[in-house]
Amino acid sequence: MTPSLAAHAPSGPLATRWERHRDALALVGPARRRLHSVLVVGAGLAGASAAATLSELGYRVRCLVFHDSPRRAHSVAAQGGINAAKGYQNDGDSVERLFHDTLEGGDFRSREANVHRLAELSTRIIDHAVAQGVPFAREYGGHLANRSFGGALVSRTFYARGQTGQQLLLGAYGALAKEQATGGVTVLPRREMLDLIVVDGRARGVVARDLVSGTLEAHVADAVVLATGGYANVYFLSTNAKASNATAIWRAHRRGAAFANPGFVQFHPTCLPAAGEHQAKLTLMSESLRNDGRLWVPLRAGDDRRPEAIPEAERDYFLERRYPRFGNLVPRDLGSRACKAMCDEGRGAGPGGRGVYLDLTEAARRLGADVLRERYGNLFELYEHITGDDPLRGAMRIAPAAHYSMGGLWVDYDLMSTIPGLFVIGEANFSDQGANRLGASALMQGLADGYFILPYTLAGYLDGARLAAVAEDGPEARGALADVRARGARLLGLAGRRTATDFHRALGRVMWEACGIERSREGLAKAIDEVAALREAFWQDLTVPGETGELNQELERAGRVADFLELGELMCRDALAREESCGCHFRVEHQTAGGEARRDDERFAHVAAWMPAAPGRAPERLVEPLEFESLAPRERSYR
Amino acid sequence: MKVTLRVWRQRDARAAGGFVRYTLDDVSPEGTLLETLDRLNEWLVATGEPPVSFDSDCREGICGACGLVVDGRPHGPLPGTTTCLLPMRAFRDGATVSLEPFGTGAFPVVRDLVVDRGALDRVMQAGGYISVRAGSAPEANTLPVERAVAERALDAAQCIGCGACVAACPNGSAALFVGAKLTHLGLLPQGQPERARRGRALVSAADREGFGGCSLHGECEAVCPKGIDLGVISRMNRDHLRAALQAGAEG
Repeated sequence: MTPSLAAHAPSGPLATRWERHRDALALVGPARRRLHSVLVVGAGLAGASAAATLSELGYRVRCLVFHDSPRRAHSVAAQGGINAAKGYQNDGDSVERLFHDTLEGGDFRSREANVHRLAELSTRIIDHAVAQGVPFAREYGGHLANRSFGGALVSRTFYARGQTGQQLLLGAYGALAKEQATGGVTVLPRREMLDLIVVDGRARGVVARDLVSGTLEAHVADAVVLATGGYANVYFLSTNAKASNATAIWRAHRRGAAFANPGFVQFHPTCLPAAGEHQAKLTLMSESLRNDGRLWVPLRAGDDRRPEAIPEAERDYFLERRYPRFGNLVPRDLGSRACKAMCDEGRGAGPGGRGVYLDLTEAARRLGADVLRERYGNLFELYEHITGDDPLRGAMRIAPAAHYSMGGLWVDYDLMSTIPGLFVIGEANFSDQGANRLGASALMQGLADGYFILPYTLAGYLDGARLAAVAEDGPEARGALADVRARGARLLGLAGRRTATDFHRALGRVMWEACGIERSREGLAKAIDEVAALREAFWQDLTVPGETGELNQELERAGRVADFLELGELMCRDALAREESCGCHFRVEHQTAGGEARRDDERFAHVAAWMPAAPGRAPERLVEPLEFESLAPRERSYR
Repeated sequence: MKVTLRVWRQRDARAAGGFVRYTLDDVSPEGTLLETLDRLNEWLVATGEPPVSFDSDCREGICGACGLVVDGRPHGPLPGTTTCLLPMRAFRDGATVSLEPFGTGAFPVVRDLVVDRGALDRVMQAGGYISVRAGSAPEANTLPVERAVAERALDAAQCIGCGACVAACPNGSAALFVGAKLTHLGLLPQGQPERARRGRALVSAADREGFGGCSLHGECEAVCPKGIDLGVISRMNRDHLRAALQAGAEG
């Protein structure tokens, strides 16, 4: 059966849509909430904030975490900041302006009503975080400080040095700890979700593996919330933490949840370049550095002098040249493409010409090194630790890397997937970021979903759902357990010669070449075959030592790589089917004379949502048309 | 460069453990210690051997998942560094590098280099937060916070919960960890209403979890990858004393 992609977004005046929708949602009374159980998978910003808030309301919450502690979730690594339309700087900012910037930053491929709601809720997040004790940067008068991020001409980003994600996560972690103390939330650490339990067409639980003992467990509840993050690790090398993976959302997809815009992945322009074959991952250098840093390459191709030896007149500040209005603070998609273009012209910096310079030396002379250290202290330390160089002495060398997935499981306005009772929040869903996320918007979305949207919309679902009791040893749970057990046994029984990491690295190379910063029809078609061949080889020639009944990190890795090998193909199919360029999805066939993305609003002003493929068949591509009432789609102009 | 890793191997919590030596010939000095361990593991897996289990995730020094005792010192020889950021250039060519888990009474070994640090989470559940419900906060700028105070609070709030302070302490004390949270929240005006209760609750929870007492050896400060200093422990002691006096006066 083809599911409906009805967004259930309200109509009428945009500014009051959320308010009217919220007021129309059914409520569950305080005494009845404890009768409802909710499973939350993941405890990053979205998962921890949702689990804590649902428990504050009185629901019984169980939260599964694959780390040893909820405080390790990858949200912790977000550096630069969180946007909010507070308008503290008196610079013309407003909810409307944040909405416009985010919608336009996403290149008109997100749902207007969702983006507006996000902008509205942004201010409450800051209020709540401050009340939790998040030590944001302050002005001398004691009021909150702001800086600018890409794609905005105002300063609306709140920050705690270069570790804003850590501080916001610790706020949400504190809220979760508070609710654990009351008994409202049970957190189960070192549990990895490996399947979704669907009963009578509704999500009613998950199968998880206890990563220490290897025991498979069925957890059932009235509703399931996935807050399991993004899938940029499909590229092997990305800024994501090593264990970040797509397994939870991919397993839910295999059970029938539509996967929206899988090809929309963001490449962050300012990361430390890859240094060797055995490198484990790439490291981000926050976009906030572009407040004071300038990107440049040598004017002359093949100029291999050290950066400080290249005089001012022989440098090309290419972002300031190409985009005079926004300069170094263009959105990430444009920044990454411009960096790639410089390298393709042979003007890249450093070994292999794969990087560009991010230069703060001029700012250091103007403002003093102390001021910069106060703004970016921990980022400089990180740079020094990894490269051994002082970032204020010469220019830093940076390059684009896979960073964030805008695509994810399709959700309606209530954040519910195509499987009733399965809610998806944070980076795991596709909802608000369109084809390109603006910097400092991921933390905003994760927390808006968890603190201020899901707690309302979940009640609306639970009140009308009329759920029968489900047992942990019911037929659907036993079926899912058997599937997971069989898959684990198959992985362990292959006895081939290649490691999961070896396959992952090979997949990453194919994806980076064909489905990276630039994509072409020919390259994508070839990559679809290559990924399929790699998948076939994986299921023939993989080796996984050890057993299932123990802590077996190699078995965990193999399961995740197996899912990446399926997701990678879908990403290429999605990128191939979208015959336009928009945001981070840049098809070489569709560009303007100036080399910018050429959108096709006639044919592609829609969300593409993919249904799981039946055996031996290609997956089905459904569309949700996007309509824009407030702001007519226009060509983005940051020039 | 050539390096011999002397690695603690232990099958599970109950099994006896021991060191196993692995020699690697072409280690890149530009790579990190954990990348070297990744390579060793790939080689072990390819030969059908169980790889060395260890926790690590962000590889940027912020998630706190990694933590090994490297050559006898938590997080290794370089100050201000997590294990994941430790470059191989910190070791000489031909060196033998010893890798052990953060084993203390409160952190039992799970397998190889993986330990259970759940005790730190349980201490936080006793009161390492400000009790505020989502939706009830006042407008953020209604409560100005002196800039220097916010900066000092952030210095303490930087704790990544890795447990190196506990692993380095001869008493297995979590005083630096507890003091950092009490300092972070105790400096801020938002943290005042629960300050006394928080101090009592966290200190007793740490006792219950089997962390030792602090006798100001200072080993914790020396290994803290985030540079959290002993000042947070003095503050913890002051807060605790004040809470005790207050309780006495009320009682």
